[in-house]
Amino acid sequence: MNFYPIVWKEIMLIRRKPWRFLASSLVMPLLYLVTFGWGLGRGMNVGGGTYLEFVLPGILALSAMNNSFGPVSTSLNISKLYTKTIEEVLVSPVSHWDIALGRTLTGLGRGLFSALMLVLVGLVTRVHVHYSFSFFVVLALTAFCFGAMGVAAAMLAKSHEDMANFNSFFIIPMSFLAGTFFSPDRLPQPFQSMILAYPLTHASIVLRSLAAGNGPALGSVLILAAYTALFFYLAGRLVKRTA
Amino acid sequence: MINITNLTRYFGTLAAVNAVSFSVGKGEVFGLLGPNGAGKTTTIRMLTTLLAPSAGTALVAGYDVTVDPLEVRRAIGVVPQMLNLDIDLTCAENLEYHGRLHKMEPADRNARTEELLRFVGLWEKRDTPVEHLSGGMRRRLLIARGLMHRPQVVFMDEPTVGLDPQARRLIWGLLESLRRQGITILLTTHYIEEADALCDRVAIMQTGRIIALDRPSVLKAGVGKYSIECLGRHDIPRQFFPTREEAIDASRGLCEDIVVRESTLEDVFINLTGERIEG
Repeated sequence: MNFYPIVWKEIMLIRRKPWRFLASSLVMPLLYLVTFGWGLGRGMNVGGGTYLEFVLPGILALSAMNNSFGPVSTSLNISKLYTKTIEEVLVSPVSHWDIALGRTLTGLGRGLFSALMLVLVGLVTRVHVHYSFSFFVVLALTAFCFGAMGVAAAMLAKSHEDMANFNSFFIIPMSFLAGTFFSPDRLPQPFQSMILAYPLTHASIVLRSLAAGNGPALGSVLILAAYTALFFYLAGRLVKRTA
Repeated sequence: MINITNLTRYFGTLAAVNAVSFSVGKGEVFGLLGPNGAGKTTTIRMLTTLLAPSAGTALVAGYDVTVDPLEVRRAIGVVPQMLNLDIDLTCAENLEYHGRLHKMEPADRNARTEELLRFVGLWEKRDTPVEHLSGGMRRRLLIARGLMHRPQVVFMDEPTVGLDPQARRLIWGLLESLRRQGITILLTTHYIEEADALCDRVAIMQTGRIIALDRPSVLKAGVGKYSIECLGRHDIPRQFFPTREEAIDASRGLCEDIVVRESTLEDVFINLTGERIEG
């Protein structure tokens, strides 16, 4: 196992520009929280609680996704197509699985950090959410899942346009539809089926269940784990194909 | 150190490298010379495991590039044409990262970083982020990075491309020093002088094939050690002679502005193909 150098480089890059990292981790989730939680959702009740209590676990899942998928896929895509820095790793004795793991772990770190910052905001503003060890494990799994998806997407994309299209047709619709801001069971059946195919939907379902003090929704945990395994497998295979 | 047999790479139906065979011995500096599009970079990408061959075999340091790519990668250093350094990291951090990728011990990594940064004249810049370095400095750092893990074979793809003459001379000095250290080097270039000055042997490539391969002096002697060229007269072909005296005799009355000089590898290329190497 020799994935650590890839993580080490990421740490060095973050240390070089920590404020940029902090700002980029927090801007989008805070915007969502202000707009949908404190703005549109003020005074609304969902399932016996406030809308803010309902929406926060979804925004945490969304934040974990955006901050793992986005930086991983963008930096890897630029590295592959423009700066060619990935070639230094591809001609080193680091296996394709280690490259995929190292990159995915950088996504896990970024996604989890961003989510934890939001958890702090939630605690400070007294949003009533039940945090447990399982809750943070699922957050980490979500960030890992989308980090692996970021590696696979970047390796698959043949141009920056391909990457932008993946964002436009997959990531952005998933951000808005996958149960972050509303419960999927409020939609007509065909839409529900589509939304249940998104991995983010299952991350939101599990986190929402845990946040309410219930047990994890096991079906959704298994689906999220299956997506994670699939994306990581694809990431490793696609890195190998690139080399 | 390098043995390739009938190495071939297709892109669609185009054979970018077509049944190329050659060997490079330990401590040899071997050059692939040819115009852009000749197949030099594709050859080097196959030898460094970045591209799978369509046919043929390639052994580097005794390992097959398709069967044992990780062993090949342990044995090689790569100085790519593109300046693919991490510009947000400092010079020393770039080398440290490379050392970590190759599992070098921390003490060895630090000592080697200092040794190489001094070797390429960048020790004073060790804590400077790469984004603040000139193109020539980045190229020198790239060479240091390629040597960091003490590879048995170093591949250099156009190591001086885009540099001004002064920076190019500086790189040549470094390569000369590596040659004296007995490091095996395979370099690609489309600069005639570079191949002539640095390489023990040169393979001249055109459209994916090797059209000549030997020591530069032998290749030049093959066309004639001296040549005469009528400046500004493309209708009069270059002529080659074994001795300067014969060349001077033949030049009398041929045209107004005439040059008698030693033949170059470009003369060899022109003699073989009727075209110039540098565009």
